[in-house]
Amino acid sequence: MTKVPVQLTLNGEERAEFTDSGTTLLRLLRDKMGDLTPKGGCLQGTCGTCTVLIDGEPRLACVTLAEDCADKAVETVAGLSGDGGLHPLQQAFLDNFAAQCGFCTPGMLMAAKALLDVNPRPDRADVVEALSGNICRCTGYEPIIQAVLSASRGNAPRAVSGERT
Amino acid sequence: MPLAYRNVSELSAAAALLSAQSGARLLGGGTLLVRRVNEGDTSIDTYVRLRDPKLLLLDAGGETVRLGSGVTMSRIAREPALTFLAPVARAIGGPAVRSAATVGGNLFAPSPYGDFGVALLALDAVISVEGTGGASELPAEAFFAARDNLAAGSIVTAVTFHRPPDGAFRYLKVSRVKPKGAAVVSIAAMVNRASGTVTEARIALGAMAKTPIRSHGAENALTGAALTAESIERAARIAPEETSPATDAIASGWYRKTVLPVHLRRLLLDMLA
Repeated sequence: MTKVPVQLTLNGEERAEFTDSGTTLLRLLRDKMGDLTPKGGCLQGTCGTCTVLIDGEPRLACVTLAEDCADKAVETVAGLSGDGGLHPLQQAFLDNFAAQCGFCTPGMLMAAKALLDVNPRPDRADVVEALSGNICRCTGYEPIIQAVLSASRGNAPRAVSGERT
Repeated sequence: MPLAYRNVSELSAAAALLSAQSGARLLGGGTLLVRRVNEGDTSIDTYVRLRDPKLLLLDAGGETVRLGSGVTMSRIAREPALTFLAPVARAIGGPAVRSAATVGGNLFAPSPYGDFGVALLALDAVISVEGTGGASELPAEAFFAARDNLAAGSIVTAVTFHRPPDGAFRYLKVSRVKPKGAAVVSIAAMVNRASGTVTEARIALGAMAKTPIRSHGAENALTGAALTAESIERAARIAPEETSPATDAIASGWYRKTVLPVHLRRLLLDMLA
């Protein structure tokens, strides 16, 4: 069995592992690098729950080969929360009940981050488009869309409803 | 079982690998090929990654546009000089697919996928193919006719086409799930007019046959006369002839044939507006 070295930057940290030739980025991250935040859903590039950022662009880890990621910067949900605190997107998902079973959430978060990184104040259509490759079977999408819009406004809806009294 | 991953910088080396090993496939964005492997296709045993910078060339500054086969859909969608193609690139997959999916890979996407190829067919693009047998330049229609029987080791390196006059190119993808979904049918139309008369029309259809196809019947119904509601009606009625759409999870072949005239009519009437 051919083992090949793959060196990349994972959430800002230099990482190197030996892996099977032809393996996917998803398997490298989960099985070798211990990052279980990208999920394996359909493995067909259809459901989006394996979405990670590669050099800032959203990519599907299940159909991306580990060897193609050599010397690239990979970002996953594991890198979102610095210093133990939640990333504004994660907080907005929490506040807006945007996660039910939670299986799609890592992909949704990274797809949303890819959007906000290039378009910090998206409109609703931008958010719908950015999340169009991510399937959620629980929420009906609306709470997720609202969470991303809320994060982009920099305020959570609970604070707004609190002001009403 | 692990697959071999061969990193090559010379096109000739990639072509040699592909022709020598029946299980070797050229890797583009992976959205079609790695998916097939994930689904259990054991006929593939080797990925070939060709790192030739010319595959990433994007020359859209002039009247002739040339796109390397490794150019991604997201790059096309954000290219200021290719705004007429942005709706086509954005119709393919979600954002994470578009940042991987390539021009070259799309030409080999099985129906109902391959929407970018539909646009290239309407633009009468020339497909540059290189391989162990030398280099050839195939008009898109000839390319699709030969696509599934290309010699082993053939590699699409680029596509070239003339920039269409303003407003002459239209694209429409009909899907059940919006904004992302596989095509019920996709249509690209290029209609050139001189003093009101249609001088040249190319109508390309996706998901209506095994590969993207031209509707020469519809083109003939439009060419040589003014573009009117009547000529559009004739083109729409004739368009389903000579199509052989598949029945799949998205739509039945009967449904595709039935709705094609409706959508072609809408697209062409939009040109009149």
